[in-house]
Amino acid sequence: MAEYSALSLLKNALSGNRDWKPAWRKPDPKPSYDVIVIGGGGHGLATAYYLAAEHGITNVAVLEKGWLGSGNIGRNTTIVRSNYLLPESLRFYEFSMKLWENLSHELNYNVMFSQRGVLNLAHSPGQADAFIRRGNAMRHSGVDAEWLTPQQIARKVPGLDTSKSARFPVVGGLLQPRAGTARHDAIAWGYARAADRRGVDLIENCEVTGFLRTGDQITGVSTTRGEIRAKKVALAVAGSTSRVLQRAGIERFPIESHVLQAFVSEAIKPFVDCVVTFGAGHLYMSQSDKGGLVFGGSLDFYNSYAQRGNLPTVEDVMSEICAMFPSVARLRLLRSWGGVMDMSMDGSPIITRGPLPGLYLNCGWCYGGFKATPASGYSFAWTIAKDEPHAINAPFTLSRFERGAAIDETGHGPIPKLH
Amino acid sequence: MSPRRSTSGGLIDRTRTVRFTFDGENLSGHAGDTLASALLANGVSLMGRSFKYHRPRGVFSAGVDEPNALVTLLRGGVREPNIPATQIEIYDGLRAESQNRFPSLAWDLGAVNQLGGRLIGAGFYYKTFMGPVIGPLKGTRFWMMCEHFIRRAAGLGRADYEADPSRYERVNAFCDVLVVGGGIAGLMAAEAAAKAGKRVILAEQEPVTGGFARWSGETNEGKQAHEWASNLTARLASLDNVRLLTRTAVWGYYDGNTLAALERVHDHVARTPKGHPRQRHWTIRATDVVLATGALERPIVFPGNDRPGVMLAGAARRYAAEFGILPGNRTIFFTNNDSAYEAAATIKRAGGHVAAIVDVRARISSAASELATAAGVSPLTGHAIVGTKCGKTLSRVFVQAYDAASGTLSGDARPLECDSLAVSGGWQPVLHLASQAGAKPVWDEEKQAFLPPEPTQRWAGAGAFLGTFGTVDALGSGRDAGLKCAGKRPSRGKLPEIAPEPLDLTPAPVLEIRGKGKAFVDFQHDVIADDVRLAHREGFVSVEHLKRYTTLGMATDQGKTSNVPGLAIMAAARGITIPEAGTTRFRPPYSPVAIGAMAAERYGDLKPERYTPIHDWHVDHGAEMTPAGLWHRPLVYAAAGETVEQAYIREAAAVRRSVGIVDVSTLGKIAVKGPDAATFLDRVYTNTFSTLKVGKARYGLMLREDGIAFDDGTTWRLGETDFLMTTTTANAGAVMQHLEYCLDILWPELKVHLTSVTDQWAGAAIAGPKARAVLERCVTGTRVDNETLPFMGIVHGEIEGAPVMICRLSFSGELAYEVYCAAGYGTLIWEALMEAGEPFDITPYGMEALGALRIEKGHVTGAEIDGRTTARDLYLDWMLSKKKPFIGSGLMDRPALIDKNRLRLVGVISLDGQKLGGGAHLVERGTPDEPGESIGHVTAFCYSPALQKYIGLALVRGGKARHGTRAYLSDPLRKRFGQVEIVSHHLFDPDGERMHG
Amino acid sequence: MLIDCPHCGPRDLAEFSYQGDATRTRPDLASTDTKAWLDYVYHRPNPAGRHREFWQHAGGCRAHLVVERDTLTHEIFTVSFARKTSGGDAA
Repeated sequence: MAEYSALSLLKNALSGNRDWKPAWRKPDPKPSYDVIVIGGGGHGLATAYYLAAEHGITNVAVLEKGWLGSGNIGRNTTIVRSNYLLPESLRFYEFSMKLWENLSHELNYNVMFSQRGVLNLAHSPGQADAFIRRGNAMRHSGVDAEWLTPQQIARKVPGLDTSKSARFPVVGGLLQPRAGTARHDAIAWGYARAADRRGVDLIENCEVTGFLRTGDQITGVSTTRGEIRAKKVALAVAGSTSRVLQRAGIERFPIESHVLQAFVSEAIKPFVDCVVTFGAGHLYMSQSDKGGLVFGGSLDFYNSYAQRGNLPTVEDVMSEICAMFPSVARLRLLRSWGGVMDMSMDGSPIITRGPLPGLYLNCGWCYGGFKATPASGYSFAWTIAKDEPHAINAPFTLSRFERGAAIDETGHGPIPKLH
Repeated sequence: MSPRRSTSGGLIDRTRTVRFTFDGENLSGHAGDTLASALLANGVSLMGRSFKYHRPRGVFSAGVDEPNALVTLLRGGVREPNIPATQIEIYDGLRAESQNRFPSLAWDLGAVNQLGGRLIGAGFYYKTFMGPVIGPLKGTRFWMMCEHFIRRAAGLGRADYEADPSRYERVNAFCDVLVVGGGIAGLMAAEAAAKAGKRVILAEQEPVTGGFARWSGETNEGKQAHEWASNLTARLASLDNVRLLTRTAVWGYYDGNTLAALERVHDHVARTPKGHPRQRHWTIRATDVVLATGALERPIVFPGNDRPGVMLAGAARRYAAEFGILPGNRTIFFTNNDSAYEAAATIKRAGGHVAAIVDVRARISSAASELATAAGVSPLTGHAIVGTKCGKTLSRVFVQAYDAASGTLSGDARPLECDSLAVSGGWQPVLHLASQAGAKPVWDEEKQAFLPPEPTQRWAGAGAFLGTFGTVDALGSGRDAGLKCAGKRPSRGKLPEIAPEPLDLTPAPVLEIRGKGKAFVDFQHDVIADDVRLAHREGFVSVEHLKRYTTLGMATDQGKTSNVPGLAIMAAARGITIPEAGTTRFRPPYSPVAIGAMAAERYGDLKPERYTPIHDWHVDHGAEMTPAGLWHRPLVYAAAGETVEQAYIREAAAVRRSVGIVDVSTLGKIAVKGPDAATFLDRVYTNTFSTLKVGKARYGLMLREDGIAFDDGTTWRLGETDFLMTTTTANAGAVMQHLEYCLDILWPELKVHLTSVTDQWAGAAIAGPKARAVLERCVTGTRVDNETLPFMGIVHGEIEGAPVMICRLSFSGELAYEVYCAAGYGTLIWEALMEAGEPFDITPYGMEALGALRIEKGHVTGAEIDGRTTARDLYLDWMLSKKKPFIGSGLMDRPALIDKNRLRLVGVISLDGQKLGGGAHLVERGTPDEPGESIGHVTAFCYSPALQKYIGLALVRGGKARHGTRAYLSDPLRKRFGQVEIVSHHLFDPDGERMHG
Repeated sequence: MLIDCPHCGPRDLAEFSYQGDATRTRPDLASTDTKAWLDYVYHRPNPAGRHREFWQHAGGCRAHLVVERDTLTHEIFTVSFARKTSGGDAA
């Protein structure tokens, strides 16, 4: 299949764009594979890609119950960052950041990673200390971080209320210059196309309805398109983790599914050039290349598998964006939507072998799965291929709760809705 | 020629002239005009530029579905971009600008993009801009360079950075029946429900109710339809149980029949009256909802279908009938159904000239034929328009014989002269709200439209929403929906008589005419039919992939016109039916909503402010206030010329030297009462409270269930079954909720009652060697000597005649007391204490000095109890009772939680005489540039007046084991690197002699 | 979403605070069964469909309620006091 490039665009334009081929095949499932990845979202597709690209395992199927990228990969606010506090998180997300920086080339697909910076605003001396602690942790781990004064922030982000009379005046901000945004759907499509080119079967409209087992050992899955056997079955189904595990007989698991809403305004000319987050509440916003302000806030705060939220959260989010940018009050909300988050008990993911032999698990991404996509796929593929974790996902086990080794970035403890 | 105003007709008030400007040009219209109709009246056909190709565009619709004519309004000194001209009511002095053009609307450089047409088809950007793999533009650099220009080319209007000066308001409304849509069906539904005694709200997005009746030209009961509608509206308005909301768009259907609506209260007048909101955000909770949201007309996709001068046939009809506008001198109609004939007849009646009616159908109804005759043309059936020609405006179209059954063209294309073209591709019910409520639209092959499904919440449909387009149907289904919501059966009563007979609007299943040239599906986003086919070719065939890959339906009109044609083209490409191709799920809002409106009263006033009862005194005495959650607390009371640091050092030194006073009213306070109160406290605290004597207080620590420290504070036993718990300021709410959870859910058998009394008590802490002397000078009714009031003792007395409760406890490490009184006496007591302290030079102190004093003592707060530390990490093991279980005892001994190498509490002393810094890290070795691995971080620091050094508290790997060792403070963010000594966190007076004195 | 508080009547979602799964059972106070504690603190059935859960009417009577709700549709089936005596107490 042809490489994508300016030249190929030109060539195809001359022939009326009639020669473009499908970005990926639409194969029927084979009776068996070396590895089945359940979940054709960002993480599942990335896992399949790295299995093929890094480990030469190409006899792989990705099973997706709907259309590829129909989960949170296509519903998020597109932020990519590695501005974490704890060493385990820093190591993981910085690894991901490095993959991001070369991802368009690696996939031969422009994922539009725009390293425009992520700025976290602090609104009290205590919060500033906490952010500086985080920024310093980043710098000690070799990750870029800067502290900006309110004056520097006012210059960098016009329109932001940096006045002293603000209800929660900005006292400073933590900037990660290498962080930014990417085109969310392109990640799914880029990984899908690259995995497909290496022989991976991407099978849409194929829902897993049960697991095939020999004793405890998982030996395949039954699906709406028949039984498919595999030596290894890997789960990357985010908000559906509990539902799928229940089909394997695991009734209780350290995940709750919650709905998170996201919002986009009408398109306007360039308004804000970096990602900005509000510290006196919970709000993150950036501007898409099309011009819409893309933003989100907290969860709706109740268990949900519906991809739709309710009005109180909408109103909270709108209040906060107006507090940050008083001129945004005049702009209009174009669309809102919801995604189902796999909220874990400490806010950190689980990427591990188990919990049954032959099964591999990737879940617990809370709000943060998008930026993790490359590292998640990379380390999950490693774990599946080698039956041992990569250094970056070694701490993200299921047994960490038993040991008391939670990786709790926010310090909220085992209350999933608060992470 | 261009559009113009007819000499008579329409519902506008021709006696009133309204002046406005468009792109700086002075124009005028009449009262009742929209900006779109007024611009048409002035012969303006070019109103906007499209998103991607910057194609010139005219107004396409007459309502909420407008994709092309978006303008920026300039009002009250601020810009409001992307407002459809069809939704702007003009007023004197209105200023509007076109957008997405440079330098002008007529001459736009961005139009060069049209040359790259095929090169920049759907999704082209995924295939290029990746840049070189090596060199200075490797990684993301090349893309970001391109992105810079792409961003500037994209976007529509320009927003500014000036704060929106508007006020917004929120209203919570409750009703039995909410009727969405004030057309005939909605009005009938409202009347039926109201007559049955229901409380009704009717919301209509337009300024006037009546909907289609405003421009149908029909007669109801012998009256003009619009008069009939306004009479019915007036009758409804006179009913006490009906609330009519016009200019109110219901945009969201949420769970539990909660709907959100936006009322544009004053957008239609030049100035918002003082104290009034610009817009109002309605949250309406309705027992039942009637969806009478009507239908929107679909275009037909054919080459050149986006030229200025092309509009929907229904829009042309509405402009003529409601606004007295003729679309041009020679209007051609192109249709797949009968509704365009009615429109053509309307144009003719209004004085226009219908040049042709081109119909894809081979045969038409007799009703249509009659209308064609009335319009003065004989319809060109079995033909299609295959192209348009356009100079400044539309000049001709090309028609060709067409077989609707096979979709094939034959013969030669021939030109037809015209200056305007009105198109109808049939009608699609507005199902957005039903879809938001959770229901999936159902395709009706016969009607060639998606119809509403079975309701998932309590709603009933009425009128064109149901896919029945006649006025008689609207009357009947409206009345029945209203009755249904009132719990009544459908009525057989006579309905008003309508003339003329309604047309059958079933269209031929033709939504695209394939030919040479760009045929637009999504006008605003410039998605053409070939883009849809390209998406198909590349495998983006699911409706969501189509939408995401081509951006079809994602513009500000949210695909109101493009959705069905787009699906039809994809279905045809795949060789499947439309329902097999799927439908997208509609998301709120139905039409765009001002973000400030949803923030409503919180715009400009995000969160409540909490002031202590002594707040004004602090402000009057020069306190610099600082936010602490919702509270405002004094940071320092700086004297003239003092820095914050100088001030807190002075304040803290005064406490150690003589006496200071600090407002502690913000501490959480919870009354814990009942026969089982002591048992309860034993369970929630790690240490024991049942052994506490009445009249004494004890410091307590709470853990979470996972064994991590949660909160600390003192709890006072005021009586055998009566405790007063204090919590940290930050956790007051969380602790209260935690305790309530324990009582309601974990231990319902305990007889305990909790009351949050934070706001009932004002508190002042008096600290310092002279603290007792201060109390002795003002407290009556009790002694305060060491015997009567020992450490952790409690007494009751009076100050200035006001009852006070005094507990001897110390956060500062000095001899100290907390004096509590009823909130209303706060300032009285505070001032009395100040006066009593005058001989000792009593010094009010703020948060900074409070912090310095506690750091010297090694007392922990939120910076150390950060949700990750255990009691052992903070060396509070002594508080973990071994005699009883408590919350957290089950899991606090997990291996990783008792690891010796965890981050644990220590003190640090600056060895270079320089400041430490909250959030600075500690390293064993390294240089400022290469700081090495972190071993922990500083949680808080201060200059210690007692030790005359910069000191701090830190959480360091291994904790106590590092006492006496040296390390480096590393703070790359603030460019600070210096040596420190790690010591015990009990930095000052470790044995506590001063507070026991 | 409206929750019909048995004490206050139907009230908006915004008045309530979600308190999670209501099917978990806390081990006995004095239990030293770490597995039981881990299960209680960390594990959830997280069903797609009917879910028994606690809500506190934080902006109202402050009672904890047991709500049966569908996590797929958000439909609410039943609401009752978590503490059987709460009705009396709160009144």
